[in-house]
Amino acid sequence: MWKWLHPYANPEVSYHFTGKLIPWFSKLTFVLLTIGIIWALLFVPADYQQGNSFRIFYLHVPAAMLSMGIYVGMAIAALSSLVWQIKLADASAAAMAPVGAVMTAIALFTGAAWGRPTWGTWWIWDARLTSELILLFLYLGVIALHNAFEDKTLAGKAAGILSLVGVVNIPIIKYSVEWWNTLHQGSTVSKLGAPSMSSEMYWPFLVCLLGFVCFISWVICIRFRNEVLARNAMRPWVRDYVKNVEVR
Amino acid sequence: MNPRRKKRLTIVLSVLAGIGLIIGLVLYALSQNIDLFYTPYEVVHGKDDTGVKPTIGQRIRVGGLVVAGSVKRDEDSLKVQFDLTNKGEIMTIKYDGILPDLFREGQGIIANGSLIDQTVLEASEVLAKHDENYMPKEIADSLGEGHEAPKYSDEQLEKGY
Repeated sequence: MWKWLHPYANPEVSYHFTGKLIPWFSKLTFVLLTIGIIWALLFVPADYQQGNSFRIFYLHVPAAMLSMGIYVGMAIAALSSLVWQIKLADASAAAMAPVGAVMTAIALFTGAAWGRPTWGTWWIWDARLTSELILLFLYLGVIALHNAFEDKTLAGKAAGILSLVGVVNIPIIKYSVEWWNTLHQGSTVSKLGAPSMSSEMYWPFLVCLLGFVCFISWVICIRFRNEVLARNAMRPWVRDYVKNVEVR
Repeated sequence: MNPRRKKRLTIVLSVLAGIGLIIGLVLYALSQNIDLFYTPYEVVHGKDDTGVKPTIGQRIRVGGLVVAGSVKRDEDSLKVQFDLTNKGEIMTIKYDGILPDLFREGQGIIANGSLIDQTVLEASEVLAKHDENYMPKEIADSLGEGHEAPKYSDEQLEKGY
């Protein structure tokens, strides 16, 4: 069943495959984010209560969704690395961690900037905000463990265990606003059911979300390729590749 | 799957299940404390499953909807008094300070302060809770949810509050 996947466990094949994806992701990112941000900032009508400050929604929500999404991706990579001992899975987990940390930081920062005028406070220790902050610390821990060992296999194992343990935080973040009384409001957009916003506000959000997805895929591909090269520096294929690459 | 991989998978999954169980139990045990606020109904009748009521003098947060027509402003200072309601119970909030922009009648509000009487809270901080609904002004107007800014006296506006 998984036969088609097997060639991609080879570093060389994966390296060239992600290299082909990068130009597509970069072009899509520019197109989608330009359309999405201009649409969201200039043409979407202001909210009836918050006025223009609601527009931060178009950065905050995609960043927050992806901070959790990347974490799940990283945990799946960690699981396959621990169980099937695929070395490339470690490289991809190491590539994803900093990107996820940045997305978490963006979500926390934009949330604080929006909370000040809307709620009246930058920060409050409610369940949603606190669990998202814990997610940032988990990311930082995973990054630190990846860099703490000279031996990359050992580092991958340690970081993988932490990312798997931390995965219990993801449902807590997602459902915190339903399980407890929080200052943070419930989800406006979710995968099931209609969004709690009018369609003229919803469409630019989808464009921005897709733009963010392409952006992180682009950055993760670049980081993944660097990890693969660094981890296989002694292999003949890397030497041949580096010798023949054009210097620009 | 070969036996070694199967063993590793079993170990990883059982560790995960164990941690999930522990965290679940911890959160369940803490569930009352993770709630950010009491609702007026909970202040009067106690929390749903434990029946814990706040005592007078305790610092708590109370969250509810501002009762229409209950907002009384002092003309000479920033002192303001209003009622919060939820499930038919009403609490009075006294506050001396600047209210958030979203404050208005019918809005969800969280007040942080100490309980000076069974249903009176002296707040040191008032936060507006926003709901998950976003809509343009035209749609809100057609639904009859137009936003009214809080009314300040001329003196307060002069002072720049």
